[in-house]
Amino acid sequence: MTPFATFLIATLIKIALVLFVLLTSLAYLVWVERKVAGRIQNRWGPTRTGPHGLLQPLADLIKFIFKEDPTPVAAERLIYFGAPFMALVLSLMAITVIPFGGSVKVAGVTTWLQITDLNIGMLFIFAATSLGVYGIALAGWSSGSKYALLGGLRSSAQMISYELSLSFSVVGPLILAGSLSLRTIVDSQAGYWFHVIPKWNCIPQCVAFVTYLIAAFAETNRVPFDLPEAEGELVAGYHTEYASMKFAMFFTGEYANMVTSSCIATLLFLGGWQRPFDKIGSFDWAGYIPTAVFYALAVILLVFSLKRARLVERIVLPVFATVCILIGSLFLWTPFHDPAEGVFWFAAKVLFFLLLYIWIRWTLPRFRYDTLMEFGWKYMIPVTLANVLITGFIVAWRTGH
Amino acid sequence: METILFFVFAALALGSAINLIRESHPIYSALSLVAVMGALAGLYLLLGAEFIAVVQVIVYAGAIMVLFIFVLMLLNAEEEVKIDRTKIAVRLGYPLLVLLAVEIISVLRAKFPSEITSHADLLNGDNTREVGRMLFDNYLLPFEVTSVLMLVAIMGAVVMGKRKS
Repeated sequence: MTPFATFLIATLIKIALVLFVLLTSLAYLVWVERKVAGRIQNRWGPTRTGPHGLLQPLADLIKFIFKEDPTPVAAERLIYFGAPFMALVLSLMAITVIPFGGSVKVAGVTTWLQITDLNIGMLFIFAATSLGVYGIALAGWSSGSKYALLGGLRSSAQMISYELSLSFSVVGPLILAGSLSLRTIVDSQAGYWFHVIPKWNCIPQCVAFVTYLIAAFAETNRVPFDLPEAEGELVAGYHTEYASMKFAMFFTGEYANMVTSSCIATLLFLGGWQRPFDKIGSFDWAGYIPTAVFYALAVILLVFSLKRARLVERIVLPVFATVCILIGSLFLWTPFHDPAEGVFWFAAKVLFFLLLYIWIRWTLPRFRYDTLMEFGWKYMIPVTLANVLITGFIVAWRTGH
Repeated sequence: METILFFVFAALALGSAINLIRESHPIYSALSLVAVMGALAGLYLLLGAEFIAVVQVIVYAGAIMVLFIFVLMLLNAEEEVKIDRTKIAVRLGYPLLVLLAVEIISVLRAKFPSEITSHADLLNGDNTREVGRMLFDNYLLPFEVTSVLMLVAIMGAVVMGKRKS
């Protein structure tokens, strides 16, 4: 095979794989959110469809497809139909440059665990997210309804304002790594201080880490910055007039944005796929953590299945437990372990940020619109700018310019 | 492959530019301009200038045009009413258009050889680093003067916004 053909096939396989994993995890992220919300509010969350409500995403999807889809008379039809596509496509585009782990060798072909490695990866993500405003603004405008228009205006004003502090907080880690390529940024965070503390950017760049998280919450329109859809004043904001699959697209796009911003936070501040623990002497104990985690998960599932009375749970949960044991044992096999360990740590860190999103959603109240703007312009931007300046000076001083 | 992509992006840019003028609704015009910016970014990518391409999208399509559309939405701009064109425009417009086209083509053919190599080659390797180095070494003065100019414009806007009417 020519190098181009191998490249093409490898890329197509990676695109299919990433898209499949991403969309499935988006569906289950909704399930996780509802479960956690239920627990925080002292109720069960979805329980009816499948064991522990595990088939709920499928039921939701079927409902979305078969729902009636009315179009408002006053809508600008072309843009009204185009806006959801725009929102979804642009939020999925950013995921293409995100690296999930090191390299992997399959059938003699070595390839990176990433769809494409651009030397301007970080800027590409910014380009995709800055275009994401169009989907929301145009959806609000084209619906021909004043609630949607006001929601769209608010949303775009908020996203433009917080995009500034988001970009400024990213500059700190970029200066430390001296590169815009996400792979180089992760590689620059390898190693440990005193063999204990990992050299992740979240320690020297703690200010940028916090401001990035705040700005990312605002960019993804999540609580406490979910004013665009403040239901008491604006019904459902920019997607008030959308139903059925068109609404599902906005919904998926929003969750995809959440995943993307969690991935960026992991890559820039938590060392990407680097493991958090050093070896002790020559003993690589941290390499066994994935196996231990999967085995523990299997034990928990088995114990649960014995306690439950329903036949379905008694059959399904042991099946899941067997899968967990299989995956855990695969991690003991070196050719699988080496690339998969990175993906394991990456996924664990992303999951941490996603749970943080959900946790904060059910903890904090919503900002008022003027306080939101004031906070963005008067506090976030000066703090992030100062961080950029100080980081720049320290790096210049240390490299002796 | 590159030639095909060039024609695709060029056609997209020209088509959107024509649509920008033809469209009577300001929001559709603004969106056509966004499409022009996107197509230009694609052309920059073909030249190997990744940094310029992405900055084109971030700054023009992602920031400036978003503000344009934001203001158009805020003012609730309606469709423009076409007014009758003057007779001079109708009679002289098309001949002058042909004349301009001939002029542009003849100048381009005289000034540029058929084999043009792009200057993006100068920025080979780490594109961004080279752009930064050029901006802060060779073109430091123009860069600083431009930023002062923008600061003046911002201050002017603040002063006008603060004025009590």
